[in-house]
Amino acid sequence: MHTSHPPTFTQRHLLGIEGLSVSDITALLDLSEAAIEVSRQIEKKRNVLRGRTQINLFFEASTRTQSSFELAGKRLGADVMNMSVATSSVKKGETLIDTAATLNAMRPDIIVVRHAEAGAVHLLARKVDCAVINAGDGTHEHPTQALLDALTIRRNKGRISGLKVAICGDILHSRVARSNILLLTAMGARVRVIGPSTLLPAGIERMGVEVFHNMRAGLQGADIVMMLRLQRERMNGAFVPSTKEYFHYFGLDEDKLALASPDALVMHPGPMNRGVEIASTIADGAQSLIREQVEMGVAVRMAVLEALGARLAND
Amino acid sequence: MKTMATLHSNATALINANLVNPGSETQGKGGVLVEAGHIVDFGPHIEATHLASGTKIIDCSGDCLSPGLIDAQVFVGEPGAEYRETIATVTRAAAAGGVTTIVATPDSDPPVDNPAIVDFLKRLARDKGRVRVLAAAALTKGLNGAEISEIGLLQEAGAVAFSHGPHSLKSALVMRRALTYARDFDALIMHTTHDATLAADGVMNEGERASRLGLAGIPLEAESIMLERDLRLVALTGARYHASIVTCRQSLDLIRKAKAEGLQVTCGTTINHLTLNENDIGDYRTFLKLMPPLRAEPERRALVEALAEGVIDIIVSDHNPQDVEVKRLPFGEAAFGAIGVETLLAAALRLVHSGDVSLPRLLAALTYRPAQILRLPQGCLAKGAPADLIRFDPDEPFVLDATQLHSRAKNTPFDEARLSGRVKMTMVAGNILHG
Repeated sequence: MHTSHPPTFTQRHLLGIEGLSVSDITALLDLSEAAIEVSRQIEKKRNVLRGRTQINLFFEASTRTQSSFELAGKRLGADVMNMSVATSSVKKGETLIDTAATLNAMRPDIIVVRHAEAGAVHLLARKVDCAVINAGDGTHEHPTQALLDALTIRRNKGRISGLKVAICGDILHSRVARSNILLLTAMGARVRVIGPSTLLPAGIERMGVEVFHNMRAGLQGADIVMMLRLQRERMNGAFVPSTKEYFHYFGLDEDKLALASPDALVMHPGPMNRGVEIASTIADGAQSLIREQVEMGVAVRMAVLEALGARLAND
Repeated sequence: MKTMATLHSNATALINANLVNPGSETQGKGGVLVEAGHIVDFGPHIEATHLASGTKIIDCSGDCLSPGLIDAQVFVGEPGAEYRETIATVTRAAAAGGVTTIVATPDSDPPVDNPAIVDFLKRLARDKGRVRVLAAAALTKGLNGAEISEIGLLQEAGAVAFSHGPHSLKSALVMRRALTYARDFDALIMHTTHDATLAADGVMNEGERASRLGLAGIPLEAESIMLERDLRLVALTGARYHASIVTCRQSLDLIRKAKAEGLQVTCGTTINHLTLNENDIGDYRTFLKLMPPLRAEPERRALVEALAEGVIDIIVSDHNPQDVEVKRLPFGEAAFGAIGVETLLAAALRLVHSGDVSLPRLLAALTYRPAQILRLPQGCLAKGAPADLIRFDPDEPFVLDATQLHSRAKNTPFDEARLSGRVKMTMVAGNILHG
C-alpha cells in the first residue's frame, strides 16, 4: 500500500455524500483500492490508526455494516469498541445526546453511528469533538454504502461517468438510494429510479434522475441494476398490495434483466429478500456483484477511517 | 374640543407620534389622549400646547403609536403545563413584544371545557398577568372530538371563541352539529385543519427538501382537504368560522371562494409561515419544526400577497413553548412548535421592510381585524376604546438573543436573527407595563 498517497479528502466528518466534492469522493475511492490490497494479504494489519479509539455506536441493529466497520478499524490498528444501544428505550433522543456526551468524555477519535432517525448523526456530530461517520441515519443517507457501490462499479466497468445505473425498488424508505443518487450523479452517471409511485419520494425527479414506474422500460440498456430491499411490513397493502404482485412488476428475474445491457451487472446492498425483489438465480448468477460489494465494504470503510484519521489532531 | 375644555389632571397625552390607525389603515403625525383607561381623543391636534394643565405628557419623538397587538393563538401553559409557560411569563413576554391581548388556546390540562376553567384563567390573569388574557374554549368536552361542550355557558363565562386546539375535529358529523349549535349563540369557531390520517408520520412539508433530508413529508392537502370539508359545513349551517392557520395557495383559494359566496368566514396564518420557509430548517433545526409545517417559498409568497390583499385577516404567533428536552432530539422525534408572542411585531415588520405590506395593513391584521373577529372593543384608535397602545420604532435594528426572551421556553425560530422594530412602550388600559 502506498502510505505516501496523500488523500485530498477535506472533511472532518463523513455525514453524507451531500457536501462531498468529486475530489473528496475520488480520493476515498483511490484510497480504497489500496485497502483492497491490504485486505487480500495474509498480513492484513496496518498501523495508521494505532493508538486511536473507534467507537461503533449502533442505535439500530446491523450485523454486516457494524462488522464491516469493526474489521476495517482493526485492520488499521485502531482500538474498536462496539456499542449497541437498545432502540426500545422510550427516551431514544435523550439517550442519543446523553450517550454523545458520555462517549465524548471517553475521548474517542472516531465514532461510527447508525440511528433510525434522519439527521440524528448530524445532531451527534455537533455534540462531540471527534470525527463522526454516518453508518446510516433513518431514510436520509448511508454514505459508505454508496462509496462501496461506486468502488464496485468502477472496478468492474472501469468508470462511473456515462454509465446507465437503474436503482429499483423502495426508493422512498431507502437511505442507500439517496446516497447513491447523490454520488452517482455527481460522478457523471445517468441514474434512473424505478419503482411504484407509492415507493418514490416527492420531488425525486428534481434530484437529477429519470423516473420509471415500469421496470421493463427502466431497465432498457442499463449498465448497472441496483436492487433495493423492500421491508416485509411495507408489502401487505400499505405501499404495495402483496409480495406476489410486487415481484411480478418489480422483482428482478431473468426476463427483465434480459432487457438491460448484455453486460449489465446486478447489485444489492443486502440483506436480500430472495423471491421478493430479486430471484435467487440472479443473486447468485454470473452478473451478480453482490458478494464483491461486501468485500468492497471493508475496503471503503478502511479508506474512510484512514482519511478521517489523517485529519485528526496529533496532540 | 370638549375634552380639552375641562381640566384633566389625571389624563395622559402621548404626543409627537407617527399615529397608525389600523381601522382606517392610515398613518400620520399626531397624538392620543388617554384618561381612565380609555382613549378620549386622538389625532393631529393632540399637541403639547393644546392640553389641559396637569396632563401627563409622553413625547413619542416621532415613533409609531398604534393600538396594541392582539394575538389570537397563544399556548399559556396554565393549567397543567407550567413547566413550559405560565400566565406570568407569557404576559411579560407579550408586554415586551407589544402584544396587549392574548387569546389562550383551550388545550390545557384539563382543557378549557367548562366555565370554571374560564373563570380560573380570568382570575389567574388578573392576579398574575400583565396584559389582557382571554380564553378560547374547547369545542368538544375534554377535546374528545365527540361531545359538544357547553358553548352557551362558556361564552357567558367569557370565552371569545371555540377551538379544538392544535388538532382537528375529525368527525364531520360532530363538526356539523357544533357549527349548527354555535350559530344559535353566534359563537365563533376557530379551527386548525389538519387531516392526521393523511399527514401520517410526516414531520415537515412534503417535497424535494423533505426527500433530500430523508424526512417524512406532510402534503398541503392534509390542510386543504379538511378546510374544504369545514367550509362546506359552514355553508350548510351558516355558522361563524375562522380558519386558524392557512399556509398554502390551495387553502387561500378555498377561503377566497368562501368569502365571495358571502359565508361568515375569516382566516389567519402564523408569523412563521409568513416569514420563513422550509429551507430554513437547514440541517435539521428542530426549532423550525412546526405544525402545520413551514412550506415552500411559493406558498409563503402567496401568503404574503394574500395578507396584503386582505384575504388573510389576521396574523397569530401560534406561541407554543417547548422545553429543551423535547427539542434537542433528532428532527423526527422532536416536538412541534415555536414561541413567538414576544417577537411577533418585529418579525412581522420584516414584511413592511421588504415592501410587501404597508404598515397600517400589517397592523390591521395584528390589531383591528382580530378585534373585529373576536368582537373586542380594543384594537383600534377610537374615542372610548380601551387605551391599549404601543409605541415602537419600526426601524431600530437588533439581533435577537433567545436567552433574553421572557417566555419560560426559548424555542424561537428567530434566534440570532437580525430584526428591526423595537417596542418602547406598552400600555394596557392606560397603564404603562413596559418601557
